[in-house]
Amino acid sequence: MEAAVVPAVDVAERAPAAVVAAQDITRRYGEGDTAVDALRGVSLEVQREKLTAVMGPSGSGKSTLMHILAALDRPTSGSVWVAGTKLGQLSDNEITKLRREHIGFVFQFFNLLPMLTAEENVVLPLTIAGEKPEREWREQLLKTMGLDQRRTHRPAELSGGQQQRVAIARALVSKPTVVFADEPTGNLDSKTGGEILELLRNSVDSYGQTTVMVTHDPYAAAIADRILFLGDGVIVRDMPGADAKDVIAAMDELSQA
Amino acid sequence: MLGVALKGLARRKVRASLTAISIVLGVSMISGTYILTDTINAGFHTIFTGSYQNADVVITGKAAFDSANGTSVEPPTMPQSLLTEVQKLPDVALAAGSVTTSSLKLIGKDGKVISTGGAPALGFSVTPRGQQFNPTKLTTGSWPSGPGQIVIDKATASGKGFHVGDRIGAQAFGPAREFAITGIAELPNVSVGGATFAIFDQPTAQQLFHKVGALDAIRVQSKAGIDTSALLSQIKPLLSDTQVVRSGTEQAKKDEQQAGGFIQIIRYALLAFAGIALFVGAFVIANTLSITIAQRMREFATLRTLGASRRQVMWSVVIEAFVIGVLGSLVGLFLGLVLAKVLNALFVAFGIDLPHGSTVFATRTIVVSLLVGTVVTVLASVRPARRATRVPPIAAVREGSVLPPSRFAKYSTVTALVVLALGIVAVCIGTLAGGMATGPRLLLIGVGVLLLFFGVSMNAPKIVRPLASVIGKPAQAIGGAPGLLARDNATRNPARTASTASALMIGLALVTFVAIFGAGLRGSFEGAVNKLFIADYAITATNTFTPIEAQAGQSLPGKPGVSDVTAIRAGSARYLGENSDITGVQPNLNDGVAMDWTQGDNGVPGRLGDDGFFASKKYVEDHQLRLGSPIALEFPSGKKVSVRLKGVWKEPQGGSPFANVSISTELLDKYVPRPQDLMVLINMPGGVSDANTATLKRDVKNFADAKVQTRDEFKSNFEAPINKLLNLLYALLALSVIVSLVGIINTLVLTVFERTRELGMLRAVGMTRRQVRMMIRYESIATALMGAALGMAVGLFLGALVTHALKSSGIAFAIPWTQLFFFVLASIVVGILAAVIPARRAAGLNVLQALQYE
Repeated sequence: MEAAVVPAVDVAERAPAAVVAAQDITRRYGEGDTAVDALRGVSLEVQREKLTAVMGPSGSGKSTLMHILAALDRPTSGSVWVAGTKLGQLSDNEITKLRREHIGFVFQFFNLLPMLTAEENVVLPLTIAGEKPEREWREQLLKTMGLDQRRTHRPAELSGGQQQRVAIARALVSKPTVVFADEPTGNLDSKTGGEILELLRNSVDSYGQTTVMVTHDPYAAAIADRILFLGDGVIVRDMPGADAKDVIAAMDELSQA
Repeated sequence: MLGVALKGLARRKVRASLTAISIVLGVSMISGTYILTDTINAGFHTIFTGSYQNADVVITGKAAFDSANGTSVEPPTMPQSLLTEVQKLPDVALAAGSVTTSSLKLIGKDGKVISTGGAPALGFSVTPRGQQFNPTKLTTGSWPSGPGQIVIDKATASGKGFHVGDRIGAQAFGPAREFAITGIAELPNVSVGGATFAIFDQPTAQQLFHKVGALDAIRVQSKAGIDTSALLSQIKPLLSDTQVVRSGTEQAKKDEQQAGGFIQIIRYALLAFAGIALFVGAFVIANTLSITIAQRMREFATLRTLGASRRQVMWSVVIEAFVIGVLGSLVGLFLGLVLAKVLNALFVAFGIDLPHGSTVFATRTIVVSLLVGTVVTVLASVRPARRATRVPPIAAVREGSVLPPSRFAKYSTVTALVVLALGIVAVCIGTLAGGMATGPRLLLIGVGVLLLFFGVSMNAPKIVRPLASVIGKPAQAIGGAPGLLARDNATRNPARTASTASALMIGLALVTFVAIFGAGLRGSFEGAVNKLFIADYAITATNTFTPIEAQAGQSLPGKPGVSDVTAIRAGSARYLGENSDITGVQPNLNDGVAMDWTQGDNGVPGRLGDDGFFASKKYVEDHQLRLGSPIALEFPSGKKVSVRLKGVWKEPQGGSPFANVSISTELLDKYVPRPQDLMVLINMPGGVSDANTATLKRDVKNFADAKVQTRDEFKSNFEAPINKLLNLLYALLALSVIVSLVGIINTLVLTVFERTRELGMLRAVGMTRRQVRMMIRYESIATALMGAALGMAVGLFLGALVTHALKSSGIAFAIPWTQLFFFVLASIVVGILAAVIPARRAAGLNVLQALQYE
């Protein structure tokens, strides 16, 4: 067994080099007797142009970790860097700017805007930023995601898998520093889920898209370059890419420990 | 981002339309008011310019003063000889005289005066020479040319079934006479509303109008190439100081101004009601937007995660409101065309039938309607838009997120109480403080009432729960489980329920206030009428309020069975620096009216003679008069006379028919040609009886406009206008109640949408469709009743304050239980109506689909 925890030393100095970094973050919900510690000291660095999976059973704090890394939530203590910027004291507007430039999201429930067509949903981050999408890049994304024939359809007219493809294209369109995927296959059947995972993997391989994926599905984790296991609010294991069988074995091991 | 906002709007058509409806009604009221009043003004304009067509200059009599308290004064006539002199002037091509009257009553086939509902009953003369000045056109027949001939207006002819060759009765200042109809005429391009007109040849008109040898107007046309100002300066030397010459256009403008003042009052009154409806609409819009924002939290959060700033989120809501405002205002603008007709019908029903030309859709109407509607909607969206900025991005990944409280939330309780207190204080000072000018006072009351509404609405969430438990009891008893659930649903989001109920509160507060104020006014008036009028019978004009020719009363004394007759004459005069009404009384006044003399006795009326007057105690004190004090009276003819104070009486708080100054009829008749009576009071042996009524009716049969009324009939007819006014106010306030009804519909539709899954679950565990409908209906009724409770409380408060402030006018505070009971019933009806659509939607949900996730 490898060391269960990534060394927490010197992260501050090396932070700008890492795409996303966290140092000793904790997150406590509520106060007093009813307080819950979702994270109890997590430090990590996300490797550039790699797919990192965060695994763990429900309540392990994996979602909380992702929310904090993606600047959706603030840690109770500790520091987070995204693309070399320390999040701690940023104002709402500064965080908005950071999201525009550096962060892409893929959600479990897709979160497409129902009134926009597939294509409009894809380019929405650029629209919001007041930028014009590069034509070639947009076309390439739509083609890669298999949305070429569906571009004028609205979300209600698309299957779950198609909706998630739109969501992935949307996350990639602004070429963000990092894409966060929150249980991207959690709401899909296994076949469609597999296709989606392939697209995510492909975006890492073809475009060098740094991606962090939260999942509880070992088959999903199996596409990752690196798998972080969370338990009770701490990283209990940091494992390089492995196939599903090994991931399941690791999970079993951890649950018995 | 703009595109995103607009596309979102296009997708939520139902919600957007629901939001828009609440602005549509208020805007349509603005637009309808302008269209109606413009159209009426255009009607007057057409009539008055038509009256002076082809006339370069017009000579008329000049009243010593223009009007007494807004009632127009008939100017003195001029001698016919003036016409001859004018005709002799070198530059005059044509001059023709005419006489007119506004009390020429036509008599229908039933022998009764054709009612004009307060509009003038015009009569005028034509001469063959003056035909080109004649504004009317014959539709059939020929102009009158002899003593027994008449031309009547087309509307009367077709409405009452008169044709050329028929005979018709007409009456001005004497008994009715019969005429043969030689023709039917109309004023081109304009409806005269309720007014009637009749045309005679000049000698007949002069005799009928009691203006023999006299003229009211001379219209003059100059020879070609002669300047109007040259003509004016030629005519001026011929005139006395009771005559005036103006250019035709100037004269028309002057006539128009008099009518315009009245239209202006109507316009402002209606716009005030439009303002109330818009205010209620703003509440509804703010509430509807708040709910939709709460439901779209995930959407806003997703936008935030994709890089949208708070500003962008806020603007997307404001833009949405802007578009809803523009579209709603556009619809309202055109709905105003319909509403103008409805308003006119309403006015006609309440006895105000004004002329109107072709519909006027002015640029001002369009600009004001669109601007006001849009601005109100955008303003109402500001708070919801700011709420939307508080949606945290993390709501994109969490189920059931709630909005974090605003930075100022901790002050909200205090703020709400402060606003309420400020409102109460402002209203109290405005109504009760002495020595304030009317303008600032009204402003203070207005601002206070607004603050009061805001304050109650802000505090309302705190009393939703206790109110619901009271209101919910019967629902629970009748409705069982659905009733219980409905009560709990109503209290689930107290802020939302309170805000929905607040819209209804405003309408009900005003309605309650009107009810209290009206009851006070009526009570005070009733008291005065009961105290004053002791005669068995009264004779008035058919409509009770316009004066009737004095001859009707003069014909009665000495008739068998009539014991006492005393008339109260009406006139105008200028005294103590004011143009006022003046009344004339007869020595036996106390036979008909119980006077409470503080100085003098029942002999006062008999001692007035040629040089006396009496006045009320208040007037005497206000003007520091003493018995024997002289005042100068100036009559419209310009003649003056001095009279002394010979008696003082205490006027009842509810008012009386007497003007500030009353003189003897003898004296009044000397200065007022063609005297008219406000009323003639009569006693008969045996008092009121069917036989006596019949006798009296027979006695005044020749006076078609004379209406015989028993004491009780007279009293109730006298009070009728107050009731009419109250009903008109209720009808106009109904608009804002409708707007709040739309608000309840909105909330319920959105709530049903929000609770789709929950409703599916309830259906899945065995709730029937009927029970679902019942549940929604009870929730709706509970909300409406909360609005009613709040509104009636505010209305009672305002009513108590205002009646207290007006105590000296005899207006007493009384809780109008009957009306309040009906208001509660009406609120329940509002609740039931509002629930129709939402309940159907809720009951129609497909259980399976409702339970599906996402």
